[in-house]
Amino acid sequence: MTGGERIEDRALLRGRGRFIDDLPAPPRTLHAAILRSPHAHARVGRVSAPEGVRLFSGQEIAAGLRPFIAVLRTPMRHFPVATGKVRYVGEPVAVVLAEDRYRAEDALELVEVEYEPLPAVVSPSAAIAEGAPLLHEAAGTNLANRRRFSYGDPEGAFAAADHRFAIEVRYPRSAVTPIECFGLVAAWDPDADAFEVTAPFQGPFALHPVMAAALGVPANRLRLRTPPDSGGSFGIKQGLAPYIVLMAAVARLAGRPVKWIEDRLEHLTAAGSATNRETRLEAAVMADGRVTALRYRQLEDCGAYIKAPEPATLYRMHGAMTGAYDIPNLEVENSIAVTNKTPSGLNRGFGGPQVYFPLERLMHRIADRLGLDRLEVLRRNLVKATPHRTASGALYDSGDFGAVIDLARPALDELHARRAAVRAEGRLYGVGMAAAVEPTVSNMGYITTVLEHEQRLAGGLKNGALAAATVAIDPHGGVTVTADSIPQGQGHATVLAETVARMFGLTPRDIRVVTEFDSARDAWSIAAGNYSCRFAPAVAGTAWRAAGSLRDRLARLAAARLDLPLEDIRFEGGMVGAGPDKEVPFARLAGLAHWSPGTLPQGVEPALRATEFWSPPELGPPDAEDRINASAAYGFIFDICGVEVDADTGRVRIDRYATAHDAGRLLHRPMADGQVRGGLSNAIGATLFEAFVYDEAGQPLAGTFADYPPPTACEVPDPEILHLESPSPFTPLGAKGIGEGNAMSAPPCIANAVADALGVEDLELPLTPARVAALLP
Amino acid sequence: MPRMTVNGEAVEAAAEPRLLLSDFLRHTLGLTGTHVGCEHGVCGACTVLIDGRPARSCLAFAVQCEGAEIMTVEGLEEGPLHTAFRRHFALQCGFCTAGILMSLTAFLRETPRPSEREVREVLSGHLCRCTGYTPIVAAALEAADA
Ligand code: FES
Ligand code: FES
Repeated sequence: MTGGERIEDRALLRGRGRFIDDLPAPPRTLHAAILRSPHAHARVGRVSAPEGVRLFSGQEIAAGLRPFIAVLRTPMRHFPVATGKVRYVGEPVAVVLAEDRYRAEDALELVEVEYEPLPAVVSPSAAIAEGAPLLHEAAGTNLANRRRFSYGDPEGAFAAADHRFAIEVRYPRSAVTPIECFGLVAAWDPDADAFEVTAPFQGPFALHPVMAAALGVPANRLRLRTPPDSGGSFGIKQGLAPYIVLMAAVARLAGRPVKWIEDRLEHLTAAGSATNRETRLEAAVMADGRVTALRYRQLEDCGAYIKAPEPATLYRMHGAMTGAYDIPNLEVENSIAVTNKTPSGLNRGFGGPQVYFPLERLMHRIADRLGLDRLEVLRRNLVKATPHRTASGALYDSGDFGAVIDLARPALDELHARRAAVRAEGRLYGVGMAAAVEPTVSNMGYITTVLEHEQRLAGGLKNGALAAATVAIDPHGGVTVTADSIPQGQGHATVLAETVARMFGLTPRDIRVVTEFDSARDAWSIAAGNYSCRFAPAVAGTAWRAAGSLRDRLARLAAARLDLPLEDIRFEGGMVGAGPDKEVPFARLAGLAHWSPGTLPQGVEPALRATEFWSPPELGPPDAEDRINASAAYGFIFDICGVEVDADTGRVRIDRYATAHDAGRLLHRPMADGQVRGGLSNAIGATLFEAFVYDEAGQPLAGTFADYPPPTACEVPDPEILHLESPSPFTPLGAKGIGEGNAMSAPPCIANAVADALGVEDLELPLTPARVAALLP
Repeated sequence: MPRMTVNGEAVEAAAEPRLLLSDFLRHTLGLTGTHVGCEHGVCGACTVLIDGRPARSCLAFAVQCEGAEIMTVEGLEEGPLHTAFRRHFALQCGFCTAGILMSLTAFLRETPRPSEREVREVLSGHLCRCTGYTPIVAAALEAADA
């Protein structure tokens, strides 16, 4: 394990970061402001502005575009700007351009739009009810898709069960809002008929061909670059894709480069969020607490459009619907609704919170109903050994889940004692726990689980997850690394430098990592990007392999040069060879390959540049029975917490939080812990404070950080972080993901503690003081 | 044409009356180390020192700062706070960091031996989505001790 200071920090601490809005704009750049719908649902009539306003209406912009392609072929057409109808508050209606941002915003005020308001529908169950207003008339329904899945013999298991327990959950919308909003610069080159866009887009690059197709150009005519720094993303900057298309189209119409920087109001109303979901989960339970079957009924709300890669939120967890438990029988009914809300998208935890909240709350309930110890019930159902194939097809690769629980056991005992002491003083104190399996490195084919198998066959089976990295060595022995990871604050440069340095026996300082990504020059494929924790398990490992292939080349060169057997060659302290007198400096060796390619030994390739691609073979497409291994590796988490509830105000204070992880091999312990702390603080926000609430008419009620309050330093505790490292056999470095797990485990863990404190069964997030106060005993 | 001192240098540049100090610093002077996260005074990313006191540069107009002494992250001398931030991994994306450094600089000057509670209270004027705050608290306490 390494774990040195971050390469990134010096520049960032001195104010020398280079974020999108810091980069110089190309000459003659115009600044864009977006006119957005004030209505949740309305017909759009004439859009006009006085002479002199550079206005581009939705009709005009969309005329040069094609609708976004989607996994689900429905007649619900989606453009990056409204045409004819608006379907959520904040939907772009027109774009104006001006010499600077202030003037662009002034010009917005001059634009007139005729709207004919229509009734809106906000909740997914209302949207799919008889007689609901239709968002997309051509589809004739707001139900975009419904599929039923059955694995094992759920009916038999329910019939044979001693008990059935159920839970109903309305999981709200929230998003980890990065402190830097969206932004981009788009230009069009009429001679090459090509677009150039710079944006802190985070991937997945499966959206790159989607964007190019919408612009009507081959993908090699959409050059996408990312700035060196990005001010956080947590999934949401995947939502830049429609804006990239929108502003590229406007740049083409205007014949000038266009810069657009999103403001916070725009971000909070229109950038997107995790899906809200209505779930009914029922368990078949034996008298001893063993769960023999689960039955999910999930109704997903994707907002006004099924924006790619949706409905991925609903299917990412499909292989892992039984969580950390060995439950052989499973039934799932998935429905997808459209409503008059902002389209949903990626967000930290992606699909995990919506599953783990009902599951872990139900496990807590099962124990309570049966009068059994909660941890005992959890353990009785736990996956006992890995590798483990779940009912719906996930392959849990490694680890001993029970051993991770043992790590946290002392803290749990302490919390129980504390609860007794605090309660004896008449105060409200509760203890909660939650277990979760954290999927990592997404299978690009899992989204097709939403299709019938025949449809999948017709479209060609999809699977895998290619990662790419390039390592190059210059004539002075300097090493440069690029990778398809698009960091947004996670210190990828540091980890890549440490990883590659280790391969060559150099120091991280000898390695230069270039984090700006350029789709025209860098190696990439559709899985590229920064999501589903693919960096440590996939990208860093791929860079390691690329470095390895160069090391092999250099080793053969050194062996010939020094007249040593190949197996004796070591790379250490900047030298290559077999110890003093029998070694040559790394830099000399590199120079040889560059300056004397003609004199290299037979069979040694002179090029000191290697690009490696890697895809885990375990990721097959969904099979004919709809089983899918949606991720390459699976970490495990066990969380516990103690909360105190203020008996007067209903305020929830997290007294203590402990989180035990098995994320495989940790590449950089302090940064792994940083991911845990960050993920946990995001989850605390989602559990206690944050929700995108809409009124009946579809008006969003949160437009500022005052109405949508992320937690501050006063609300986030210092968690105790415990690790067990069971290397994954499926990833090059044995690493699994760690960045998303607490976003999945913490909401039910905290809610279980609050339920314990209050002695209530049903809770709805977020657990704001007002909501909790209403439940006070 | 507001005249002010920015990071010790006299500055005079054209500014419309409505130009925010944050935009003046970033786009007129090119001091892009000050970041903008909300433009409504909540996130704290844009914090600079105006005459030694932390202030949200998104809530001030450049013209209001006539004659003032402004200090931004670029003007901070490399010191114990920077070292402590690096040692504790107190930043990830670094977007919130400049504002936090400015607040902590002013705070530690007035409160050289703060308690953890006091540090957390100062930090509660800043939003950070990446770190969960604990490493920032630890860095501030260590810098105070240095
Ligand atoms: S940008 Fe000034 S407080 Fe957020
Ligand atoms: S480090 Fe990213 S917001 Fe604080």
